[in-house]
Amino acid sequence: MNRIEVEDLNVCFDDAHILKDINIKIPKNTVTALIGPSGCGKSTFIRTLNRMNDVISGFKHTGMIYLDGEDIYDPKIDVVDLRKKVGMVFQKPNPFPKSIFDNVAYGMKVHGISDKDVIQERVEESLKSAALWDEVKDKLDKSAMGLSGGQQQRLCIARTIAIEPEVILMDEPCSALDPISTTKIEDLIHKLKDDFTIIIVTHNMQQATRVSKYTSFFLHGEIVESNLTERLFLEPEDKRTEDYITGRFG
Amino acid sequence: MSSNKLEEYLVEKGLFLTAIFSIIIILIIIAFIFREGFPIFQEYGVLNFIFGMNWAPSDEQYGVFTMIVGSLCITGLSLLMAVPLSILCAIFMAEIAPKTFRKILKPTIETLAGIPSVVYGFFGLIVLVPLVRVQFGGTGFSMLTASIILTIMILPTIISVSEDALRSVPHEYKEASLALGATQWQTIKNVIFPAAIPGVITAIILGMGRAVGETLAVIMVAGNVTQIPNSILDPVRALTSNIALEMGYATGVHYNALFGTAIVLFIMIMVLLVIANYFHYKKKVVIGGGYL
Amino acid sequence: MQTVFWASGIITVIILLVIIGYILIKGLPAINLEFLLAEPIDSGESGGIAPMIVSSIYVTLVAGIVAAPLGVGAAVYLAEYAGENKVVKLIRFGAETLASIPSIVFGLFGLSFFVIFLGMGWSLFAGGLVLALMALPTIFQVAEVSIEAVPRSYREGSLALGATKWETIYRVVLPAAIPGITTGVILGLARAISEAAAIMFVVGSALSMPISIFDPGRPLPLHLYVLATEGISMENAFGTAAVMVILILIITVVTNTLVERYQKKMMGR
Repeated sequence: MNRIEVEDLNVCFDDAHILKDINIKIPKNTVTALIGPSGCGKSTFIRTLNRMNDVISGFKHTGMIYLDGEDIYDPKIDVVDLRKKVGMVFQKPNPFPKSIFDNVAYGMKVHGISDKDVIQERVEESLKSAALWDEVKDKLDKSAMGLSGGQQQRLCIARTIAIEPEVILMDEPCSALDPISTTKIEDLIHKLKDDFTIIIVTHNMQQATRVSKYTSFFLHGEIVESNLTERLFLEPEDKRTEDYITGRFG
Repeated sequence: MSSNKLEEYLVEKGLFLTAIFSIIIILIIIAFIFREGFPIFQEYGVLNFIFGMNWAPSDEQYGVFTMIVGSLCITGLSLLMAVPLSILCAIFMAEIAPKTFRKILKPTIETLAGIPSVVYGFFGLIVLVPLVRVQFGGTGFSMLTASIILTIMILPTIISVSEDALRSVPHEYKEASLALGATQWQTIKNVIFPAAIPGVITAIILGMGRAVGETLAVIMVAGNVTQIPNSILDPVRALTSNIALEMGYATGVHYNALFGTAIVLFIMIMVLLVIANYFHYKKKVVIGGGYL
Repeated sequence: MQTVFWASGIITVIILLVIIGYILIKGLPAINLEFLLAEPIDSGESGGIAPMIVSSIYVTLVAGIVAAPLGVGAAVYLAEYAGENKVVKLIRFGAETLASIPSIVFGLFGLSFFVIFLGMGWSLFAGGLVLALMALPTIFQVAEVSIEAVPRSYREGSLALGATKWETIYRVVLPAAIPGITTGVILGLARAISEAAAIMFVVGSALSMPISIFDPGRPLPLHLYVLATEGISMENAFGTAAVMVILILIITVVTNTLVERYQKKMMGR
């Protein structure tokens, strides 16, 4: 079953045509990787899935995006509810300058959960799911800014899990991290795919092969090819895909 | 509309109101100052008021020209002393001073900016007036004394704004000059300072605005005689002082004349502000959009 | 050339040391508990300055309560909601104008508007309102800079978790900008607490202890001005000046320490 279906999506910022006729289906509880050279539109694409582009001036789009069959750009849809269902992890870890606990509890608080026990419990669960609990359980009231980059990124994942989204968007989540932290995040992605639909943007092709089941290759704002990851890397159907994965450009 | 959206809407409108509050206040200020000051222009004539040499409310003489000259003289003399010192100090802070010394200078300048103007005036009255009297003769209450106090008071403004301007000169300019074998002093003189000039001019005009608007510190040391000064040791009266000295007992036309003085003062300040804005705008262009 | 630059820096430091040193050396001997807690006798020739301290606290409180929300609100609006358009330019110009109006002009305005037109009479409340207007642009300008300095990634992180714009501002942006905002508010109020010209025709200059904020009073700077210019008591003038200088120094040091501590805690260093 498909969690997200995108039909004929076009995106412009003022006069720049960033995404052209995007069609893609994202199955439930799997990891889908989006690869492609810098500036190919893959980040813009995932930011349309939780409507983070709305705040950027000059953003226009046509086409449809369905989440569980519902059009997410329908005027009746509240973006706040949408973003609760579609969480996001950013390229650079961006914890709030608050305590570790408050970072994870933040989403619950803005969604009106005030029961202290519930919050306490779910903070712990989320940190455990994000494989961070053992490292921070003794310093939950310390500032999150004191954590290492990799820990901060796992905290951001924990923060996202805590509001129990259906989809997690990850925009090059490891690009600012060292190899060891990257491995930890990749292990985490493996674990999370049972409960969440994950879409990860990466320009690291090895990472795509390690974590994802499906991969789409973006180039110049178009999807060149989408397939099972294994197939896409072993027997690409399009010449451009082959050129890219064999390192002939980009 | 959901409660979320309603709340967002109300918050935005509320914040908008706070944002336009200062504009509303300025309009009210202008309205009231003009309302009270306008009668003097009608009764006494604008030109007579501005260019009249005599200020003698008991004889119904309301010419403020001597005070316009007084304000300008005090301000000019203080700029003459403050500008070189503060620009040197700003360059020193931005380019030359070692970190430890900068750590002393920065709070020094902040504290200088924070000392109440009455305290400056008091210091001038107790220390500078006798000093000027002993050194140069006269009563000690003079244009010079007032200018010295104003110099100290506008130092922090000129230093901190100039320093910001110097610091916002792109690093590449400096490196390029040094890489060509220029000395530090040549680099400052030929590259950094010229690039920062619009900002420095803004700083000077802001300092000038503060000097023109300063009231009590000037009253306490300037002697407040309504005359065109012949030397820097003569006492003078500034526009601001005129208002503060006489408002306590003014009635009728005299009351209107003091508001008229405020109108003249207000217009002088607005002219300075517009000039400062012009240079501030130029500064952004000169630094090629790299400003902040 | 180096010598000239060093000299300019050293002269600036010496100026400050001379002024503060002189005021403190001459003023500290006048300060004792009685001076701080007693009412003035014979217009301040002897006795203390308790009513002046209370007056100063009253006007500063009124100024803070009125100006802080207005200034911070305006800063939030400009930094978070408004784009770059004519209204925004006008608002900025308005704040600059408000910042450069001479204090004595504020004084005339306070007299004609608050005291006479609105019928508040001479009162500390009216004085506080005038000082609020003077503190407003400082608070606004410093707050706007510090709100804009909050990284965009904080805002995106919060929005992506499903927070609304206002929740994001209120729970993430403002807490992150608090050190700067506090500095702005304190700078604005420091200006208010030092001001005499703007309130000399508004507060009524009464010597007695103000009971409520609607009573007339005489804040410290105004008292110093009267003592010094009317030659009432130089000793008490020095004492009053020293109290003000100490007050300003305390405010500066305490704020800086608090802001630094908060920043350290927030950034986990």
